[in-house]
Amino acid sequence: MVEQIVAAILTMVLGVAGCAFYFIGSNWLLDRIFPFKQGDSAVAARNQLITAAIRPWLFLGPAMIALFIYLVYPVFDSLRLSLFDRTGGEFVGLSNYIWMINDGEFRQSMFNNMLWLIFVPSLSTFFGLIIAALTDRVWWGNIAKSMIFMPMAISFIGASVIWKFIYDFRGEGDAQIGLLNAVVIFLGGSPEAWITLDFWNNFYLMVILIWIQTGFAMVILSAALRGIPEETIEAAVIDGANGVQIFFKIMIPQIWGTIAVVWTTITILVLKVFDIVLAMTNGQWNSQVLANLMFDWMFRGGGDFGRGAAIAVVIMVLVIPIMVWNIRRANAEMEGR
Amino acid sequence: MFAASSSRSPLTWAVHASVIFLVVIWTLPTFGLFISSIRDKDQLAISGWWTSLTTTEQNRVIRAPGPDAQVEQNGRFVISGDVLEGGPGTVTAFGFSSREPTKYQPGDIAILRSGAELTVEEDGAFSISSAEPIEGRRGQRVFFSAETPPRFTLENYRNVLTSEGVLQSFVNSMTVAVPATIIPILIAAFAAYALAWMKFPGRALLIATVVGLLVVPLQMSLIPLLKMYNGVGAFFGVPAKTYLGIWLAHTGFGLPLAIYLLRNYIAGLPKELMESARVDGASDFDIFVKIVLPLSFPALASFAIFQFLWTWNDLLVAMVFLGNGDDQLVLTGRLRELLGSRGGNWEILTASAFVTMIVPLIVFFSLQRFLVRGLLAGSVKGG
Repeated sequence: MVEQIVAAILTMVLGVAGCAFYFIGSNWLLDRIFPFKQGDSAVAARNQLITAAIRPWLFLGPAMIALFIYLVYPVFDSLRLSLFDRTGGEFVGLSNYIWMINDGEFRQSMFNNMLWLIFVPSLSTFFGLIIAALTDRVWWGNIAKSMIFMPMAISFIGASVIWKFIYDFRGEGDAQIGLLNAVVIFLGGSPEAWITLDFWNNFYLMVILIWIQTGFAMVILSAALRGIPEETIEAAVIDGANGVQIFFKIMIPQIWGTIAVVWTTITILVLKVFDIVLAMTNGQWNSQVLANLMFDWMFRGGGDFGRGAAIAVVIMVLVIPIMVWNIRRANAEMEGR
Repeated sequence: MFAASSSRSPLTWAVHASVIFLVVIWTLPTFGLFISSIRDKDQLAISGWWTSLTTTEQNRVIRAPGPDAQVEQNGRFVISGDVLEGGPGTVTAFGFSSREPTKYQPGDIAILRSGAELTVEEDGAFSISSAEPIEGRRGQRVFFSAETPPRFTLENYRNVLTSEGVLQSFVNSMTVAVPATIIPILIAAFAAYALAWMKFPGRALLIATVVGLLVVPLQMSLIPLLKMYNGVGAFFGVPAKTYLGIWLAHTGFGLPLAIYLLRNYIAGLPKELMESARVDGASDFDIFVKIVLPLSFPALASFAIFQFLWTWNDLLVAMVFLGNGDDQLVLTGRLRELLGSRGGNWEILTASAFVTMIVPLIVFFSLQRFLVRGLLAGSVKGG
């Protein structure tokens, strides 16, 4: 254990020192090869142009290499692998995709993912907005926000344990130790093994992600609400609007842009959600989702890279509209600067 | 902000009440987990955490020692012991058959079918005595009902840290998260400066690429990288699953956000600062190291917190790029494994889960300011 800590610290120091050495060294070398601070002015001017053209790439180099190896190349390789067989050796055309369309589990995952895509972003944004509006009006709002934001720091797997404990089921007659069943019994119902209930179990799993993501939505929307110009609200008050009218007719329209950002960010997260399903049901009782199915095929029966990659491509395709929208938004923002 | 509701009207109270309600709903799950993790494991298994302050009553059964244990006292043959087995609590009733498990009060004498006398005291001491030597192969079953006072303990934590391997996993998680947080910062900061303040062809395209890569699902990277790692490992004759591998993977996956956050921040620094330095003859490298880097501290801190929380809480990358051995299993992976192997042992699961949460929670509560700032810079800026 001690060995491991020492090795970790050593690598860290080496890594950081290596980075520093690269940046300092390459810049020093560039200035040495093309000096522009003294000597002949014509040569200096030419050298200055050359260094100005080269230096950005020295700055960008390591980042570009890492991005290429870990994100750009894999995207294309996944596309390629999705057309190959389980080991990636033999070209099989579209047969992985055809298999997928006819596979019951894949269809179930698609259906469940659609449920997740509809309910999680909408409910997280909705709760986030309501809580942001309410907490802005109480003096201890910041403490309240902090508590609601907290689940954000908890891992999906930790959150799954927390909620699995809440959904815990003991046979009828035994004392329930899961909060949900205890409440149900208190209200006169009978206990259920919640996460095994076909169809509805999706919602019990979604609750976990909503619980985590509401804090994120709240923080962003709260900042947006505070950024609304006072005059617009004052004008509405003078015109005799009440609190609810002001909220829905004056404030919400002014923060549509932010609501869209929150919604899409959570949508992306939902498409990638994996840990929660893995920990709670591992796809049993018809609760499978794409990301977990993909992980499953990656290792199932020694791993089927073709099918795994094909499922990953489906997730990617679902993300692309948001990606395009993000890029256009970023471009518009840069032009506005 | 609202003239209508700033007065102490019923509406104000309704707002307070709803905020309290929401806060309770949101914190109760974590609170319940924490309380459960410090409860006595026998109590945890039979009663909800919300009853943890009350005395629990429990029907139990033990088997008394067999005839081998009998001793002769004053001419009678006696088997004695403690039904509570040294645990805390008081006996409220006892019996010797499953049909009437609570027939007798503590201190009463029950006549067994064999004619022997059984008595159980309040403190759990029992004795079976008989004039004749006690025969039979197995010991007598004793049914009893006991009240146990609430008991809180750190035993569960000691247990998971020592015998369930959670401590080792804690070290493994640190080993993954700290370098994976620090390595990308420097790389990203240089790139962010170049994208914000240097002029070169293709800059806009690169920025668009980074924004696009922000949302690329990790799932797209897993299979090609797994193949690549296996290939590199086989080629050089080294293991494919190493800490170095996961540090680099986390670095690659964290870079788009790092570059994006830092570029936004660095691009917002005052232009005059750079220009006056350049007039003084400073190169881009000097400007970056002496001016931009120190000024960017808040953005660097924001990203560092994000990346730390993400690498610490990550399960997917660790499952693909690290092994399942004791020396590489991180906390999230360990928790998942325990969820499978110790599914019903809530004392182990709750304590382990809390151990995995403690570091992120400390980071969260102490550095929340930077986290919020980073979130806002990452998604609202100009939106």
